[in-house]
Amino acid sequence: MSVTHLGMPTVPGKGNIVEPSPFPQVAELELGKIQMRTNLARATSTIRGKRLARVAEVPNWEELRDHGSAVKTAVMDRLPELLEQFEHNVTARGGHVHWARDADEANAIVARLVEEHAPVLDTGRREVIKVKSMATQEIGLNEHLEEIGIDAYETDLAELIVQLGHDRPSHILVPAIHRNRREIREIFLREMPDVDPDLTDDPTALAEASRKHLRRKFLSTPVAVSGANFGIAETGTLSVVESEGNGRMCVTLPETLITVMGIEKILPRFADLGTFMQLLPRSSTGERMNPYTSFWTGVTPGDGPQNVHVVLLDNGRTRALADEHGRQALHCIRCSACMNVCPVYERTGGHAYGSVYPGPIGAILSPLLTGTDAGANDTLPYASSLCGACYDACPVKIDIPQMLVRLRNEDTETKARKTGRLPRTQLDAALTAASWVMSDGRRMAVAEKSLPLAHLLTGPEGIRSLPGVAGKWTHSRTLPQPPEQSFRSWWKKERGTR
Amino acid sequence: MRIALFATCIVDAMYPDVAKATVRILERLGHEVVFPAGQACCGQMHINSGKFREAYPVVRNHVEAFEAEDWDHAVAPSGSCVASLGHQHPMIAEHNDDPELSARASAVASRTYELAQLLTDVLGVTDAAAQLGSYFPYSVVHHSSCHGMRLLRLGDRQLDLLRSVEGATVVEPEHPDACCGFGGTFSVKNPQVSAAMLSDKVDALVTTGASVCSGGDASCLMHIGGGLQRTRELMPAQAGVPRTVHLAEILASTKEDPLVLEPLDAPASRTPARSSRASRLRATLRSTPTDRTTGALR
Repeated sequence: MSVTHLGMPTVPGKGNIVEPSPFPQVAELELGKIQMRTNLARATSTIRGKRLARVAEVPNWEELRDHGSAVKTAVMDRLPELLEQFEHNVTARGGHVHWARDADEANAIVARLVEEHAPVLDTGRREVIKVKSMATQEIGLNEHLEEIGIDAYETDLAELIVQLGHDRPSHILVPAIHRNRREIREIFLREMPDVDPDLTDDPTALAEASRKHLRRKFLSTPVAVSGANFGIAETGTLSVVESEGNGRMCVTLPETLITVMGIEKILPRFADLGTFMQLLPRSSTGERMNPYTSFWTGVTPGDGPQNVHVVLLDNGRTRALADEHGRQALHCIRCSACMNVCPVYERTGGHAYGSVYPGPIGAILSPLLTGTDAGANDTLPYASSLCGACYDACPVKIDIPQMLVRLRNEDTETKARKTGRLPRTQLDAALTAASWVMSDGRRMAVAEKSLPLAHLLTGPEGIRSLPGVAGKWTHSRTLPQPPEQSFRSWWKKERGTR
Repeated sequence: MRIALFATCIVDAMYPDVAKATVRILERLGHEVVFPAGQACCGQMHINSGKFREAYPVVRNHVEAFEAEDWDHAVAPSGSCVASLGHQHPMIAEHNDDPELSARASAVASRTYELAQLLTDVLGVTDAAAQLGSYFPYSVVHHSSCHGMRLLRLGDRQLDLLRSVEGATVVEPEHPDACCGFGGTFSVKNPQVSAAMLSDKVDALVTTGASVCSGGDASCLMHIGGGLQRTRELMPAQAGVPRTVHLAEILASTKEDPLVLEPLDAPASRTPARSSRASRLRATLRSTPTDRTTGALR
């Protein structure tokens, strides 16, 4: 076991990584949104098919996954020195590095930099353009900036749809995956100033409308905020991987570029990108290669942004890092393959998870960043049938099913420490009793003596209704008629005690 | 060979015929079957519910029960329970500061096989009709359970055996690798999501027109079977809703001793209730909750 020390433990995660209400309750509401479920089922099934086809083309895919996983494991083992190396190299190339313990600190740093570099417009407000970024969604940057007079314009098409729709993202890669094109057309007609009133729901027309809307912003806004897919320690290089080219505009045109990057995004060497640039596009969009990959290293005089800032964000990551098993969640490269294959996500959608990180990775990452006792994050690890599809799809082999089970145990132990070991629910009581019965063959035999009576009381059509927690089963499923005797007692009668 | 049968708790208590069928198959091949009497459960229900403390005695009991007998290989008619032995028992032992039990659990797990895995990889069964005399004249749709597929990497072992059964017509469902939504306590902790997954699974199975849904895990089959039975109750006019039969019972079925499927809509009560109290209880158990009619499956 390796131990990574990052100094004093920091405050757990803040921002949009806490499920406000228990998952089963929100999921029930979301399950009722038929349009959303139809949109989502169609979209995830398309991406699943594309991913499988692109992955099947790579003969050494499993080796690539192993290598990606090994690189990330090594990064977590020596994260402190890699971060310092990264800071040193960014600074040497004329960039500036800021350290943020949590969402509040990161928001404050970005706000100060924007106020320093963006002029106040006639409206009395400042403006920034944004590259799609999970880190800034996580810290709630747009909302924070808005409160202090700074308007942040999302330039990724899907993020723009979410922003104009006053909506929340429901997927880390395709934030508007829950919307179809008719809904998008309505949002554009309602929210986009000077949009063509005859706009159709043709995807090309919708893209063109957003192009026209955004082009003026690209050309006139002097400050951009981005996230980063990778930060290279040996060179101080930052990278954004995208499809639309809006990111390229944001990281090249403005005078000032502020990047908010989670500390786990570090890769030791530039050469490591060789692995991750094969893993990421195939796993996320099901493409061999994504259309735009931008790299920038500090400041290049006379070319591109002249004020380059990086905000290194902890926000609970060191908490996850301190968990010997949980730290593997920090290997995540935000490809979203796990949510695209998840049967739970496919039906509930991303909003059910509360956090900006939905799906299987969100179900482990959010409680690891905050602790299971933050909000209803204790319900997230149970939001899985443990079918294992996420583990198979993960390009860096995060064992999500096992981590879900470990977090369920952490939840159990946390509650036991707070309120004692007395069962809190009928299910807990049943499991405690079952542990006693099921840890001894003789006790099982005694318990099974109830079978003949149960058999008699039921009929061949089974049990349609049970009280209490068992009713949650019989609500949608009939229980079969119990047998007249257990196998154990049959064996004893037929074969003796052998 | 001396083969230890791990019946698993659900088969032992709810589906004894599956264990009997497993015994018949192995004895037909000339092997000796032993049933370690101390066995109870793999502990997965506790482990997957996050009760690592409560799972510990269950895991220890399993290891001790199987160490108490001499056997060459162990077998269970369940991919999920076998996967738990290898993937979870050492973790539970280590979590409870018992590295010694972890090593012993790994040793037991390394010699324990899922039924199709044992038949194919160890006992060399490739043709069920020829080698086991398997005969099952029905159309069958197979559910490949998640843990067999993804934790044990069973691949097509179950399907290949099924395809080699005389008389069986195997049909493919839509999304064959989709989870049925059981997930142990997931089905009661997130009942609506579980039911939504089950509903899609039931649709996919019914659409095939098969008369039987087979599988290698009694737990998944209990869940799927419960959904199929509910479909029959809610939609009596729906024709061709398959019934669930474990793969072991299909492989054990022969021309001489066939598994005959009774019509499902047979008259309900065979034994008249003996007391009024019993009949009241029976009536309660068979009653239909009022909200059922709102379409609980959707």
